[in-house]
Amino acid sequence: MVETSSVPLTGPQGPKPRKALSRRNVFLYGTLLLITLYYALPLYVMIVTSLKGMPEIRLGNVFSPPVEITFQPWAKAWSEACTGLTCNGLSTGFWNSVRITIPSVILSIIIASVNGYALANWKFKGADAFFTILIFGAFIPYQILLYPMVIMLREMGLYGSLGGLVLVHTIFGMPILTLLFRNYFTSLPEELFKAARVDGAGFWGIYFRIMVPMSLPIFTVAMILQVTGIWNDFLFGVVYTGPDTYPMTVSLNNIVNSTQGVKEYNVNMAATILTGLVPLTIYFVSGRLFVRGIAAGAVKG
Amino acid sequence: MASGRPNQLFRNKSAKIAAIPMIVTALFVFVGGTIWTVVYSFTKSGLLPRLNWVGLDQYERLWATRKWLVAIENLAIYGVCMLVLVFVIGFILAALIDQKIRFENTIRTIILYPYALSFVVTGLVWQWMLNPEFGVQSIVRDLGWESFSFDPLYNADIAIYGVLIAGLWQGSGLVMVLMLAGLRGIDQEVWKAARVDGIPAWKTYIFIVIPMMRPVFITTLVLVVTGIVKLYDLIVAQTGGGPGISTEVPAKYVYDMMFSANNLGQGFAASTMMLVTVALIVIPWAVLEFGGKKHHG
Repeated sequence: MVETSSVPLTGPQGPKPRKALSRRNVFLYGTLLLITLYYALPLYVMIVTSLKGMPEIRLGNVFSPPVEITFQPWAKAWSEACTGLTCNGLSTGFWNSVRITIPSVILSIIIASVNGYALANWKFKGADAFFTILIFGAFIPYQILLYPMVIMLREMGLYGSLGGLVLVHTIFGMPILTLLFRNYFTSLPEELFKAARVDGAGFWGIYFRIMVPMSLPIFTVAMILQVTGIWNDFLFGVVYTGPDTYPMTVSLNNIVNSTQGVKEYNVNMAATILTGLVPLTIYFVSGRLFVRGIAAGAVKG
Repeated sequence: MASGRPNQLFRNKSAKIAAIPMIVTALFVFVGGTIWTVVYSFTKSGLLPRLNWVGLDQYERLWATRKWLVAIENLAIYGVCMLVLVFVIGFILAALIDQKIRFENTIRTIILYPYALSFVVTGLVWQWMLNPEFGVQSIVRDLGWESFSFDPLYNADIAIYGVLIAGLWQGSGLVMVLMLAGLRGIDQEVWKAARVDGIPAWKTYIFIVIPMMRPVFITTLVLVVTGIVKLYDLIVAQTGGGPGISTEVPAKYVYDMMFSANNLGQGFAASTMMLVTVALIVIPWAVLEFGGKKHHG
């Protein structure tokens, strides 16, 4: 211990081991903890508020855990909460959203995957031009297409119906999904495609027997992207459906922001969680695939 | 592309049939719809679209309407703040997470989950968090700071910043993920070389790493900007454009004109202005990104 003199170094080799409680680590993990808390807090507040009774909310603060846990706000949000005159809760909106999301997701994925496959493997003259237009379509502010779509749906007799909204979602999902599938199919080895051609397989044969079985991960990514996107949509729902066919996001907004009656914050927060539950579940279950979907949505050309 | 092969026409038929939805969507909806709206923005359409020309009247009226000017101003404030802060926060978060930390997955999962939520849910949560009677303001007052005041959603001067808080909470995770992917794509040799040369970490980030991440930054930029222009649901859910008209945004102006004020012409003119804004951003980007590549593609 006293030997600080010029003894040649014979001690341990290699980099200095990091102490667990170095200043750097305290700073780093401290910052990360604060940040994580900040992001997690709203979810916590939502859950806590939705489990309290109204008297407790008026007395306490939003961060304190519930003294008496009650599920009554959840029940009320689901089946009794009012939007103006009707008091059916969120359940109608939930089932509408289900009936919108499922066909929209299936339809848009079928169309976009076949499109992407045609673009990747069966290029025809002019295909690139249409594709470029389609990609620009992803950037057009939806507002400019709102009214032309209203006219189109009205002509088809679909304005205000669930079917109309399904069509709208299919159309607006096409740019990103087509890009996603085209890029994926392009990345598959071309020999596979050529071998199948030599064996006499045609357009649909190759699609169903080779492309689809080989592309299950990208189909999953597309599904995650579409389910969350369509479930979370508000603008198209409010424009193209009516009170009976409103998706869940629209009913939620109408319930919480309705001006009549006393504000029941616990019911509002329960309704908010219920609406966020589907995308949140998908997010927490799918993990990395969700991130991949985002990266794909980020238009990596 | 060999011509004269007997099955050429037949072979392309299936692909062409398969591409019909894309072709119809591209031409009919995206091109046709855009042209239709732009054309009708020069008409006096009210409750129904009609072709009685009024030249630039709709645009003149648009730029003389206070609500539209407030909407533009709000979008500018929200847009600039959002852009700067989302990049700064997103990058710092990514840099922190990139320090070979423990619990990386947990932390990333928590920071990104708001992005899975809709803007409506985001808006309503933050409406509750920023409620002056129960939310952040009352908590701080309960802690003893009686005069503390933080009620952005009830103060017309700063209401748009209340929306900004919610927007940042929802969107910064996305930027973090993209930036993290960018940081992970940087060769570790770069870091070693910088360390050997004795360059401090922050300098390495600013002068070496960030310039190397240009493509990621540009992609993220386009994504964030197009998202900002579309800002609508968040406003409707969180403030409804209020107090007064203090948080109006262009997308909401368009919706209100078209579907509640029965003033289609104004809606068309306003949405055309939105298109022009996006075009001014997207077209230079597309030319930069894809224009050069066309030669060998």
